[in-house]
Amino acid sequence: MSASHSSSVERAPTLALGAPLSRAAFWLRSRLFATPVSAVVSLALLYLLLRWGWDFFGWAVLHAIWQVPHDAAGLPQTGVCRAAEGVGACWAVVAEKYRFILFGFYPYAQQWRPAICVLLFIGLYAASAQQRFWRRELALIWAVALVLIGALMWGGFAGLPLVADDQWGGLPITLILATFGLAGAFPLAVLAALGRRSRGMPAVRMLCVCYIELIRGVPLISLLFMASVMFPLFLPAGVDIDKLLRAQIAFVLFAGAYLAEVVRAGLQALPKGQSEAADALGLGYWQKTMLIVLPQALRQVIPMLVNTFIGFFKDTSLVLIIGIFDLTTTGRTAIDEPAWQGFGNEIYLLLAAIYFTFCFAMSRTSARLEHLFSRGQRR
Amino acid sequence: MSASLAAPPRRRLRLSWSDARLRGLVWQVLILGAVALLIWYLARTTAHNLATRHIATGFAFLDHAAPIPIGETLIDYTPSVSSYGRALLIGVLNTLKISIVGCLLATVLGTLIGIGRLAPNWLLARLCGAYVEGLRDIPLLLQLLFWYGLMQTLPAPRRALHPLAGVFLSNRGLRVPALAWRPGDGWVLAAFGIALLGAFLWARHAARRRDATGRGLPLWPAALLVLGLPAMVAIALGAVPGLDRPALHGFNFQGGLLISPEYAALLIGLVVYAASYIAEIVRSGILSVSTGQWEAAQALGLRRGAVLRLVVLPQALRVVVPPMTSQYLNLVKNSSLAVAIGYQDIVSIANTTLNQTGQAIEGIALIMAVYLTISLSISLFMNWYNVRIALVER
Amino acid sequence: MSEPAILMEHVQKWFGQMHVLRDISLSVETGERVVVCGPSGSGKSTMIRCINRLEEHQKGRIVVDGTELTSDVRALDTIRREVGMVFQSFNLFPHLTILQNCTLAPIRVRRMPKREAEELAMEYLRRVKIPEQAAKYPGQLSGGQQQRVAIARALCMQPKIMLFDEPTSALDPEMIKEVLDTMIGLAETGMTMVCVTHEMGFARQVANRVVFMDRGEVVESGPPAEIFANPATDRLRLFLSQILRGH
Repeated sequence: MSASHSSSVERAPTLALGAPLSRAAFWLRSRLFATPVSAVVSLALLYLLLRWGWDFFGWAVLHAIWQVPHDAAGLPQTGVCRAAEGVGACWAVVAEKYRFILFGFYPYAQQWRPAICVLLFIGLYAASAQQRFWRRELALIWAVALVLIGALMWGGFAGLPLVADDQWGGLPITLILATFGLAGAFPLAVLAALGRRSRGMPAVRMLCVCYIELIRGVPLISLLFMASVMFPLFLPAGVDIDKLLRAQIAFVLFAGAYLAEVVRAGLQALPKGQSEAADALGLGYWQKTMLIVLPQALRQVIPMLVNTFIGFFKDTSLVLIIGIFDLTTTGRTAIDEPAWQGFGNEIYLLLAAIYFTFCFAMSRTSARLEHLFSRGQRR
Repeated sequence: MSASLAAPPRRRLRLSWSDARLRGLVWQVLILGAVALLIWYLARTTAHNLATRHIATGFAFLDHAAPIPIGETLIDYTPSVSSYGRALLIGVLNTLKISIVGCLLATVLGTLIGIGRLAPNWLLARLCGAYVEGLRDIPLLLQLLFWYGLMQTLPAPRRALHPLAGVFLSNRGLRVPALAWRPGDGWVLAAFGIALLGAFLWARHAARRRDATGRGLPLWPAALLVLGLPAMVAIALGAVPGLDRPALHGFNFQGGLLISPEYAALLIGLVVYAASYIAEIVRSGILSVSTGQWEAAQALGLRRGAVLRLVVLPQALRVVVPPMTSQYLNLVKNSSLAVAIGYQDIVSIANTTLNQTGQAIEGIALIMAVYLTISLSISLFMNWYNVRIALVER
Repeated sequence: MSEPAILMEHVQKWFGQMHVLRDISLSVETGERVVVCGPSGSGKSTMIRCINRLEEHQKGRIVVDGTELTSDVRALDTIRREVGMVFQSFNLFPHLTILQNCTLAPIRVRRMPKREAEELAMEYLRRVKIPEQAAKYPGQLSGGQQQRVAIARALCMQPKIMLFDEPTSALDPEMIKEVLDTMIGLAETGMTMVCVTHEMGFARQVANRVVFMDRGEVVESGPPAEIFANPATDRLRLFLSQILRGH
């Protein structure tokens, strides 16, 4: 039903008649100065952009303090930074604190371990984003990588000293919460989505609907509070689950409900004929689900899954509120120290840059996959 | 029609494992049983734990005096005199206060940016695009911390920024002049109400007249009425509405309307963040209306503004409502991050309550109940609205 | 009096680097019915869309009903009021009823009283033989019915000229006839029509003139009987053989 010609009602005048306008001049005229209003908007924006950009450049680079001297006791002397406050950035706080922000209270000498874990995570993401790795082996790779990460973080073998998880912190915690959360939530989500769509079992369906809607109806913070103050009450005396694991459980429950809706969207989008064809072939429910329905439904929603994952990745920052040392918490703690108080913006910029790098890479991946899929479908 | 009288034969349940219905039934009983067992176990352990730790149960604490200092209250509240129930109610009201204002502002900002992204001006479109991409990829909590940090770097009240007469911006928040209530103001308010009614009637009259004669009436008399009548009454009564101007007393301002730094930071953070999502929704909504609709309307002689208003926006709205609903829900839920910067919403007050009373279960149940109620109300309203504006298909 | 309804002189247009209209000159007299045909991509849709400036021409002159098409907004308003258009994909407004689709422009553009606009709309809906659908929404109608509504909607502006851009190409075969019948009925009222279509039967029956376009230029034009019987160029001969085989 699309018109045979693309509309050009809104289109700017095109390069025509072989006019002797150079390409750049033509581009400028058509994209920035097409109408008087457009020209005014362009100039105003350009002015603001240059002015603010210059101010920011001055603050972040020209007048920035990159290092501060230390006194005899080894404490940083932040007087220079204080003097430059509001004029120049104090990147010395980053230089001073980056190890703590990235790895928290992990023993200093052992911090190569979480560093390797971070690289492992990044490798895992990068591999998962490649379509050619989408095989059954990928699940195995995930399992191995996650076990390896756990082993490295804890240690206690081959001469690696044991590091309890209350000493973990920084970027690895953020990555662990997000990734393990996803890995744990995924099976849960598939079950809940299947349960919500099961026609034959109304009681199971109700159960799944309750779980999904209840979790989606309340803020993540309430679940984290539940994990931090309510879970301990659930357990018999003497049994204790540590805080990180409790938060992880809350994340799994939370992510499970949101992912379930994504999976359900995939199931719904699948043509009915697929399921009917499987029935006609005499496949049982689980055979049909595992061999025909799920592989197609999940493939369809991969871009959506990535987008949901970006959300979780950002949401892990909420553990700040229950006092788990993820990247946001370590960043905030770094500026609690009297010497560094008031240099929040520098730290926040660093944290924002880290989060942005991860999320932006993922959202680009998601967009790329979406494009790929829609093209594949049209064929 | 005898066939319709005969009911379809009821399938009888066969007591055989090969019967699909029986299998389904058994599975359901097993699953529900397992869930019930788990709940029973957790409940028993919890009851035991509560008993050994001497933690009270039930909602009796709601009537107890609450020693929680609350900075922003829409209703009267005195710490250690008013009850926990009242404190929690204030929390709910504060949550609503931030959510409603936040949704409205985020919609406005998001719509502007969404339309800006489609602008023919390259620079404007790119900047709006950068806004969307940039803010979506940074955690909201981090943004809130940043905004709150920014509020705190503002000067102290004594050296407050003073951009306009009567407006003071300091690290204690934004003080603006407020309308002071004076005896004659009741009449002014009444005049305002009458003027609004008059304006409404005028608009209706104008619409009728357009239907009848094809020519509408200008709307400026209505605007004049709304502004003019209350002003005239005020002048006639000699009671020009007084302004309660903020003034510095000691270390802080008194009088006027205060927007606390916590509220401001939370509001800015929520609006700026949600707008980046709403912008994308608006953009895809507008793009979802095919160019053919533009062309057809223009071919009929409608001007660009009329096309947008009469043809494109009504259709874009349908596409936009469902995702917009979930953004509003997200904003309401995200307002719970208030606890991180000290704005006293329901989560913050319930959290303090549960710390003081030790009644964690009740506290968290209250938080969840409040949010579920709000979520459900928004969902129901938006569903109703969605059904109302849905397209009729065959 | 002798002034043509539509006058195109040396009209040229480019899409980017692509030259889509090459020196088109065409004049349509009042009451004349012109059918434009040609292979896809020959620029015939672009040409007809230039007449009410859904596409802007970049060189040459277009004069419609005595008003020259320029970037002047008022001239454009005048022309769009006098020129009705029917699209390949109907482009009815899905959120408005059939009646509202028809009355929208008369009320908003012609400033016609609502009642009068509705009476007018009902008259045209009767003429395209679907008055009983007035309260329904476009989504509830078949393709043929929708296209007839689109014709009625254009007629409600009481235009002097009607443009048809492949009005039957998006229709199922059994619905083509009802739309063509409506168009033939309209032709009989003496309306000035420019119609891009591949329906050669229709061309034979109603057209005063057939214009054959290829690669952005007018290759041949003349009365249908003549042009179909003795095509002067190979391009038209090839085109006709393909069209006839297709039907």
